[in-house]
Amino acid sequence: MSDPTTIATKTNRPEFRNINAFKDLPGYRWPLASLVSGMHRISGAIMFFLMPFIIWMFDSSISSEISFSKFKAAFNNGMLGLPGVLWKLIALALIWAYLQHFIAGLRHLWMDTHHDATSQEFGRSTAALTLAASIGLTLLLGAKLFGIY
Amino acid sequence: MTVNYGSKRIVVGAHYGLRDWLGQRVTAALMALFTVLILARIIFSKGPLGYEGWSGIFSSQWMKALTFVIIIALLYHVWVGMRDIWMDYIKPVWLRLSLHVFTLVWLIACAGWSIQVLWRL
Repeated sequence: MSDPTTIATKTNRPEFRNINAFKDLPGYRWPLASLVSGMHRISGAIMFFLMPFIIWMFDSSISSEISFSKFKAAFNNGMLGLPGVLWKLIALALIWAYLQHFIAGLRHLWMDTHHDATSQEFGRSTAALTLAASIGLTLLLGAKLFGIY
Repeated sequence: MTVNYGSKRIVVGAHYGLRDWLGQRVTAALMALFTVLILARIIFSKGPLGYEGWSGIFSSQWMKALTFVIIIALLYHVWVGMRDIWMDYIKPVWLRLSLHVFTLVWLIACAGWSIQVLWRL
């Protein structure tokens, strides 16, 4: 009984058998690495559901001069009864999702191919780097999108 | 009992897990390289990028073929990713199967549309 390993496990840690989304999830800690992991799913799902809009942008921007002007008008004058600023916000959400998914994906690929990259410290520092880069670039491109510079 | 785990494990089965895992990473690497290529062509194009410059990037036949490969890579990548999400959070089998079918229909329709856009140019 005095085995140090059993003593170490006797500390009062919460135990989850059936996770309740409303009772348990709000109490979760979100270390940076798990935050990036969760955002990888969210950003991927956002791009999946907005895929028709992405292809519409590809279609209208590339097919002809006339469709290209419709593409621009959607963001300047609005489309389908929705103001242009809303379409810009949707585009900005996609920009964020792509940057987040892209940078976090490179981090994943690096971790898959390098044994020394799977330490807690590496996970934490690269997660911070991923968030800083994706948010920074989103702000930069968002400022461009909304014509600040 | 002989060791059957880690590097000593006896590899049997249909290998669907490994194939999808590896496929997701290979397609990710392809799409990342494609992104860099598109960005490079935008950055090194002269003057402001209007309709001519933008559509010109995709007008050559080799670029269409390459973009086609990327569309298929995206289809497979997103299928694996969305399937993972449904498998983790959706427990009722009827609902999970329905969402899998929806995902496939959604993705194949999107792929068809984007391929049409590509070769109409």
